[in-house]
Amino acid sequence: MIKDQDYLKKTASYCIDLANQLGATSSSAAVMHSISETVNFRNKKLDESDRSDSLGVSLTTYVGKKKSSISSSNLSEKNIKTLIQRCIDTTKITPEDEFNSLPDKDLLATEIKDLNLYDNDHIDNDEKIEYLKEVEESACEKKEIINTETSFSETKSNFILANSDGFSNGYKSSSFSASCVAVAKNNENMERDYEFTSTCHLLDMAKPNQIGSIAAKKTIQKLNPQKIESEKISIIFDRRISKGILSTLANAISASLIARGTSFLKDKINEEIFSNSINIYDKPNIIKGLGSRYFDSEGVKTEELKLVDKGILKHYLVDTYNGKKLNLKSNGRNGGSSNLFFEKGSISYKDLLNLNSKNLYITETIGHGSNLVTGDYSVGASGFMIENGVFKYPVSEITIAGNFKDIFKNITLANDLEFKYATNAPTMLIEGMVVAGK
Amino acid sequence: MSNFFNKSDLSRKDAENIVSETLNNCDDGELYLENSKSESIILDDNKIKSSSYSSDLGYGLRAVTGEVVAYSHSNEISRNSLKQSSENLYSTLKSKKGTYNHTITKTNEKFYEDINPIEEKSLNSKLELLKEVNNYTRSKGAIVQQVTASFAGEHKFIEIIRSGGEILTDVRPLIRFNVSVMLEKNGKKETGIYGIGGRQSYDEYLKNDNWKKVCDEAFRIASVNLKSKPAPAGEMKVVLGPGWPAILIHEAIGHGLEGDFNRKKTSAFHNLMGERVASEGVTIVDDGTLHKKRGSLTIDDEGTPTERTVLIENGILKNFMQDRLNARLMNTKSTGNGRRESYQHVVLPRMRNTMMLNGKHTQEEMIKSVDKGIFAVSFGGGQVDITSGKFVFNCTEAYEIINGKIGSSIKGATLIGDGPSILKEVSLVGNNMMLDPGIGTCGKAGQGVPVGVAQPSILINKMTVGGTRL
Repeated sequence: MIKDQDYLKKTASYCIDLANQLGATSSSAAVMHSISETVNFRNKKLDESDRSDSLGVSLTTYVGKKKSSISSSNLSEKNIKTLIQRCIDTTKITPEDEFNSLPDKDLLATEIKDLNLYDNDHIDNDEKIEYLKEVEESACEKKEIINTETSFSETKSNFILANSDGFSNGYKSSSFSASCVAVAKNNENMERDYEFTSTCHLLDMAKPNQIGSIAAKKTIQKLNPQKIESEKISIIFDRRISKGILSTLANAISASLIARGTSFLKDKINEEIFSNSINIYDKPNIIKGLGSRYFDSEGVKTEELKLVDKGILKHYLVDTYNGKKLNLKSNGRNGGSSNLFFEKGSISYKDLLNLNSKNLYITETIGHGSNLVTGDYSVGASGFMIENGVFKYPVSEITIAGNFKDIFKNITLANDLEFKYATNAPTMLIEGMVVAGK
Repeated sequence: MSNFFNKSDLSRKDAENIVSETLNNCDDGELYLENSKSESIILDDNKIKSSSYSSDLGYGLRAVTGEVVAYSHSNEISRNSLKQSSENLYSTLKSKKGTYNHTITKTNEKFYEDINPIEEKSLNSKLELLKEVNNYTRSKGAIVQQVTASFAGEHKFIEIIRSGGEILTDVRPLIRFNVSVMLEKNGKKETGIYGIGGRQSYDEYLKNDNWKKVCDEAFRIASVNLKSKPAPAGEMKVVLGPGWPAILIHEAIGHGLEGDFNRKKTSAFHNLMGERVASEGVTIVDDGTLHKKRGSLTIDDEGTPTERTVLIENGILKNFMQDRLNARLMNTKSTGNGRRESYQHVVLPRMRNTMMLNGKHTQEEMIKSVDKGIFAVSFGGGQVDITSGKFVFNCTEAYEIINGKIGSSIKGATLIGDGPSILKEVSLVGNNMMLDPGIGTCGKAGQGVPVGVAQPSILINKMTVGGTRL
């Protein structure tokens, strides 16, 4: 059973009280508990079951403007005492930093509106197995599929965040997810692809036969890829990839990178960084949203932000510490964005594919080729060549490259936005990137 | 030494009994206990940004029968908790008819000392040193806009209790020191990152001004990148420098030679045992026995002593890297590659220090032989798709080669290649093998483990360079 709020609150306030007794001028503590059960299936047989029970505490203590933190999964009273003493000792010899402090009291979350982030339903491992069998059976209906690996995971979590200014709040959340990875073979070529579903509530999960058949279809499509010539070509990002543009944006406008001066978007506030048709929202209060939250990791209330308005950057993602450095108030984004998304575009998916006579449609990128200091971007990619709106043949072993400053200004969005992840974008056309192939 | 049982209502005898009972009729499995301490101190933007310390304790109980693994872990070491884990495993493994394999090799050899690097050096001296690092690096000129420097230290004690009460233990120190510099000149910004580390005390790395070399190197890489021009795009010859660029070996073929992917036949290498997979002269080993190196282990996380495993000998595929489960199912023995990130994770076959051994050519020879290509000296991260074999890695320091001479530096570009064929494209192997400085972390199935890589300079006939210049 997941620990209740009372237990977590007691532990958190014990830590805060003890820290204060030992000489902290202020402190904050988080106590988290989660239980998750995962079943993995492979080729229609049970492969692995995993149960995880983890309870942890983390504490930050301040002595004036000095700060230090500890964390532990060993919650014995003796260990906690030793660690808090150690934390205070460390704090005292750590140099002062004028920007260190708890969040402003008037910014702390007070009202909590229920966003329905917790589903008490439990699904037994035997039922998870039934679901996965169905996933694999529908994937294996296609004869090219030679291997399937599927997984079903259920997690229940609860936490309390407390600080010495009297804040003490937390909430339960749940997550159910299932995935299917398929391998297809044709002659000597093997390809792999996947499909998944991830939701807060059990009943919102996709049907197993959907997961299996989509995974199989996507995998088979990739068989016998070609390498193409190096050229400048218009690129379409599938929704799996297009959301990555928003993740890059979120990282580049985090107050920590802005304050350190290591973002290519430094000093771009109130400037046009996207074309004027683009609007971007970060909305923490979506019911059952995968990125929803009641407050940020410091307890600061989070409100909806229109980050980009008609192409113009309106906000950074601000936490308390970096906010003080930049002379900005925290907007409750310690821990990053919440439900981040592009407002959908005005043309259909089909029309987007037809905007140019030839497009390279990207379904997967590999590598960590985003440089946030310069905005340079270069990653490995695979996908499909599209001619006159029709998928012609799969493409692999190529790279795509450009600079985010140019990429941002050359985006056209389709109207097929869906909320499958915490960060979501519609299918996206980008002009002017370079493909390296043969 | 840690005693997992003295503060618990669970006695060692109880634990041994529960383990033996749970593993009855199983092929393998164990109780893995872990007590780890870690610290991280980060200086950034002229200030100590964070100093944190973490103390973690927990266990993972694993039962293996046939191909099925049942795992349950918790951070509460108590009778109730272990009983509950045992019941979880029972409910998964309803029909089990295995025979427990008691054989496990023992070793007296140790590849690092029983030290706790965190406690060996006072916090004050670490804070002072970071301040010195900051001052020294910033004194290199006004173009230095940002400096980040950090220490990370870890002390991990593990104990493995097998069915029948057999016990194996290991104490693992690990440290890392890292410097990142951002320079700005004429409106252009570039970063340089360098670090060192391994399984020993901080002092080994920080005496004799060794830390200054780390700062110098980070500054040098950033300076080179300030002068860089856009990278070319397309297929060309690539010379890789020695040391860290061996992450190409790690990504391109290392992962593909891990036992699990080959047992499941999802690796592009699964049917190539005994066949030529690389040019003649290419020999690759995975070695867990190098003294005090980041990827070394005295015993792996199943208790098997590590070894030097020959993967490819003179171009011929000789061995896969195995943990006990995959070894049993493939009728071979564990090579001591069974690893896990922590008690919260299941064991998987993972790399240790993966190395391409010396050939007889010089780097100079290689560069001279290239008309048009690039010389890649340092990399950020890499990634591989095991099934298709396609892999990438990102250059952080690279130069053009034109008519046998090194030209100007080029912007960070991704290189992409095909794992099973890339080693057949290696035409020259250098005589200057070098280990990486001790900074690698390998990710697989959501688990990160410390690894090392090594290689001499090599010449690759063709790879695709992901630049923007056509």
